[in-house]
Amino acid sequence: MTDQAFVTIKNAAKSFGKLEVLRDINLTVERGQIVAIIGPSGSGKSTLLRAINELDPLTSGEVWLEGVQINKKLPHRQYEAHVNQVRQDIGMVFQHFNLFPHLTVRGNITLAPTMLKGLSDADANALAEEQLAKVGLSEKIDEYPSRLSGGQKQRVAIARALAMKPKVMLFDEATSALDPELVDEVNLVMKQLAEEHMTMIIVTHEMDFAASVCDRVLFMDQGVVVEEGPPSVIFEKPEHERTRNFLRKHLSR
Amino acid sequence: MDTDLILRVYPFFLEAAWVTIQLSVLTALLGLCCGALGAAARMSRLAVFRWIGAVYVSLWRGTPALIQIFILYFGGPQIGIQLDSFEAGTIALGVNIGAYMTETIRGAILSVDKGQTEAARTLGMSRWETMRKVILPQAARLMIRPLGVNINALIKGTALVAPISVVELTYTAQRFIGSTYKPFEMFLIAGLLYMVIIYVVGHGINWLDRRARIT
Repeated sequence: MTDQAFVTIKNAAKSFGKLEVLRDINLTVERGQIVAIIGPSGSGKSTLLRAINELDPLTSGEVWLEGVQINKKLPHRQYEAHVNQVRQDIGMVFQHFNLFPHLTVRGNITLAPTMLKGLSDADANALAEEQLAKVGLSEKIDEYPSRLSGGQKQRVAIARALAMKPKVMLFDEATSALDPELVDEVNLVMKQLAEEHMTMIIVTHEMDFAASVCDRVLFMDQGVVVEEGPPSVIFEKPEHERTRNFLRKHLSR
Repeated sequence: MDTDLILRVYPFFLEAAWVTIQLSVLTALLGLCCGALGAAARMSRLAVFRWIGAVYVSLWRGTPALIQIFILYFGGPQIGIQLDSFEAGTIALGVNIGAYMTETIRGAILSVDKGQTEAARTLGMSRWETMRKVILPQAARLMIRPLGVNINALIKGTALVAPISVVELTYTAQRFIGSTYKPFEMFLIAGLLYMVIIYVVGHGINWLDRRARIT
């Protein structure tokens, strides 16, 4: 495998009735790259992220992962089967964790792998232990989510996504709902993933994190990518007035 | 108050209470089946099923249960449905409470956070797998209490089969009034027995609800 583009978004557009939330977006992410999407709220960055795994399907345009078109137009049954298949390769972490409250940490992690990959109980347990060790929560394996702090919940959510051995991870404001003192532990796990060369697309409000971890930064506003480039360019000498305005508000904090 | 009379008639009332209990249990079971089917129809991807579900709920909740019982018991033979009074009463009441339970079950399913579905679907789970492993286990806990309210209404609603001569509590009270002319005592016994049944069932539901809480 060469450096063929891993995730490709072509001419993506999305509208709700007359409201255009995404306009002509093109993005390629290479294997192992880490891309941050920043921008004011309502700029369409979460919508773009959620279009990648068909949670919010595009109105037009294409999304590809490793040579497979994700948003293929297919009859309902085939579409569902196709989407269920490709989603296994795309991990997603949400702002509000969305852990399954009726299952223990172990159950949260093993549910999808046992059901979708036919893992035996023993293999699934080993997998859960391995993933939890990675996020530093081995001792919480038999706890229910309600007994965890926000930071711990998010780390379990990351472990749950990783247990499917995804090819790419999507982070939708993974630290926005956390108390400030809990943000670091989640960022640490994300940094560790970056060191392991996980391909990641990260929607974030944390400019420092984007600057230190990401290879590329996209600045979005009003449904379009205003500019993109390496963090050194975007954060230090952005070309566009809109980017400068946005950064002024966010970096001064 | 004629205590002698009460002591003489109360074995008949106990027997009638047993009929009321049987009616309640069967009605609840039938109602749950209709409710589950109704909720599935109301939430179907196919418009036909959603329409059928909506019509069921609005027709059955929009007309008096007594009329529904009469239509089935008195009107049934006209279109070839011949049922004894107990059967007709159970079916009419069960289908009736099922319309309410449809909305209860649907409400519980809809009140599970949307993020749960998103998380499960994102992992690659199908709609049905998500429903079965993630949504229903949470919705089941949420629906215990509101279904308890439906069941409470249903137990009291069993009195509506008295007019078609099912020998349950209310009918028994009326029958003894005919021979004793003591409506106060007779309705008092019937009322007390309803209360005992409802009290026990209510406690059972509270117990279930407490046990099902997510720790």
